[in-house]
This record gives sequence, C-alpha cells and structure tokens, in this order.
Amino acid sequence: MVYHFDESNFEAEVLKSELPVFVDFYADWCGPCKMMSPVIDKLAAKFDGKIKVGKVNVDDNMDLAQQFQIVSIPNMVFIRNGELVDRVIGANPKEIEKKFAQYAQ
Amino acid sequence: MLDLIIIGAGPAGLAAAIYAARARLDFLVIEQNYINGGQIMDTYEVDNYPGLPGISGMDLAEKMSSHLERFGVEIQNAGVEDLDLAGDVKRVITDEGVFEAKTVIIASGAMHAHLGAEGEERLGGRGVSYCATCDGAFYRGKEACVIGGGNVAVEDAIFLARGCSKVYVVHRRDELRADRILQDELLSLPNVEMVWNSNLKSVNGENSVSSITVVNKLDGAEREIPLSGCFIAVGIEPRSSFAKNHISMDEKGYIIADETGTTNVPGVYAAGDVRTKQLRQVLTAAADGANAVTSVQHYLLTHK
Repeated sequence: MVYHFDESNFEAEVLKSELPVFVDFYADWCGPCKMMSPVIDKLAAKFDGKIKVGKVNVDDNMDLAQQFQIVSIPNMVFIRNGELVDRVIGANPKEIEKKFAQYAQ
Repeated sequence: MLDLIIIGAGPAGLAAAIYAARARLDFLVIEQNYINGGQIMDTYEVDNYPGLPGISGMDLAEKMSSHLERFGVEIQNAGVEDLDLAGDVKRVITDEGVFEAKTVIIASGAMHAHLGAEGEERLGGRGVSYCATCDGAFYRGKEACVIGGGNVAVEDAIFLARGCSKVYVVHRRDELRADRILQDELLSLPNVEMVWNSNLKSVNGENSVSSITVVNKLDGAEREIPLSGCFIAVGIEPRSSFAKNHISMDEKGYIIADETGTTNVPGVYAAGDVRTKQLRQVLTAAADGANAVTSVQHYLLTHK
C-alpha cells in the first residue's frame, strides 16, 4: 500500500515509524513523476511489511518540500529512525529498486 | 517469429506502432520508461502539432498512448543494452531478456545534453535542472537562469518568467536560434535579461546553487550572477549507444538514415530524433515512424 503523507501526519507516520520509510515528493504536473508512479506501486507491494512507502504532494505541502530541500522532482528520500539517510533525484527505477533492497535489510 | 520490434515509445515509436497495428504486423514495442511519450513528457506545451494547439506534452503523450491502446498493443518495459543484427533474424538484447524479429525500427530518441561546466554535475537536482516544467515551480519569486538559445531554452525561459522574479537567458551568440514567435514573446517580458555572447563557466554553491559565473566571449570579462536555479537547455544527444558498432552513425551518434528510415543494415530502420535529419520535432518524428513501417513492409515482402 502507498500512503499519502502530509504536514499533519508526517511526524507520526514517517519520523516516528518503526519501519524505514520511502517518501516520493511529487506533483501532478510533473511528467517524470507520473513515470515513477507505477514503479513505486510495484515496489510498495514487493516490500510490504519491510519498507513503508508514501507520497508527498509538493504543491499542497510546500513547507515539507522546503524542509527536505526539494528543488527538483521526482525527488525520493529514505528516512530511518526519523533521519534522512538517502536520496534519489530523477526518474531512475533501477536505482530506486536497488536502494529498496538495501534498506529492506 | 515477430515481423518487427520497435525500440522506443515516443512520438516516432508510437506512430510506427499505430501504422504497424493497422498493417496487421506481428510486432513488439520496447520502452525503457514506465510511461510512453519520450521527451514530450518534459514539455510544458506543444504548440506546433496540427490540430492540437497549446496541448501539454503530457496530454499529447497520453493521447498518443491511448490511440495505440485501441489496437490492443502492449508495451514491453525493458532497457535495450545491445543488438545482434548480423543475420536475417535480428536480436535485441535487453535487461529483461532477448527479443527476436525479422526487422527492427530504432526510435529510441534523444535526451538533453550536458554542458560539462564546473559544478553542473555536483549541483544536479540541487539547483541545476534540465526540466523547467518539472522544477520551475520551486523557484517562484526567486531568480533563475536558462542556458541556451534554441526553442527549448526560450520556451523554458518564458515558462519560468511567469513565476520567477527574474530570469537570465545566457546564450553564446548574439541572436537566438528559436522560432521568431517565441523570441518575440521572450524579448517582450519585463523580467527577462538577455546575457549575450556568453558561456557558462561554473555553477556555484555549496549544497545548492547560489550563483553562476559566465564569461563574455568578446572581451573575456567574467560576471557572477547571484541566483538559485540554473536551467540548462543546450540541445539534445541521441540515445544510440546500444547500437554502436552495429550501425553507421555520424560523429554525434545520430544513426545515418534518410526519410525512409533505411540504415546501412538491411531490415533495420531509424525513426525520429535518433536519426540524421534537419528538424527534430514531434511532427517529424511521427512522420518518420509511418515511413519506417512502410519500409519494413517492403522489406518483409521481398525477404520471405
């Protein structure tokens, strides 16, 4: 399942998550983000129970986007124990899949 | 045995697939991305395709894809790594396995070129961008620059000027290459400053872009311009590395082919931005796809 994170639930769902969290910062008008969407759905199913997967709409959550210094999307980060541990910028399915395998350990 | 493999699902590959479906060929489309459309996915507006004025690149890609879905064509997601074109059976080697067919249309397109300026790679995604429609919104109320003078550069600058407080357009010559209608719009904008005859020397900043340094080609003077976004639109390079050593290319890597798509390898055709041609646009790419399928049909008739 793919969560929808926003400024109201980010702390509880992401920063205090037991599992490592993958967050996809996206926007509806971003072509490459749309490109990543089916990939992320697939990975969320594959790593269910190992990595929590969710999206943040940057238009609706500008403060979060700023906090994570998002100036280019798609922009995907891994957060573990409340800390940003990795980041992938750009539509790169192979790279993302590799990192999922790494953080699922 | 398939009649045809089409590599790429941008405008050239999608047009080829529509023609191939209508010709009832037995064929496969291979696309490395999980969504079709190629470069137009990054295009804010395609305003020169007849019948569809002002359509966004994303909408045009969706229209083209759904046109193809009407024929029940499925697209194989795979990255092409190599080709084996020596025999009558052409083999396409991908990260998802090997596919074989009697003919191949290479419609793998092109991607944005990098400049190689100092700081460009290090600050990629941290202020340096190649996609104004993707990232422009993050620079609302801030200052940004566009490097380049062609259609994409000028379109990007016009798009950015809607939200940015100021947009610098840095171009190596003293006139733009873009269509006149775009130039006129750009030059009428109050918050655009042209930086003529200048090359980008470096993009500066520690964790994000804080300025660029440009060099004036006429007098060698350097100028540092404080800004937070640097959009690079200096043209494209072909996606043809997988075809290297198998097909004749020009020195830039474009596959040498005329409007019939015919390459130096019998049964292998090139269509769209990846081939040598005068004008690389959605319109000419789609036309190439249609022509290449006609060439495939001729080949199949004479090679039974």
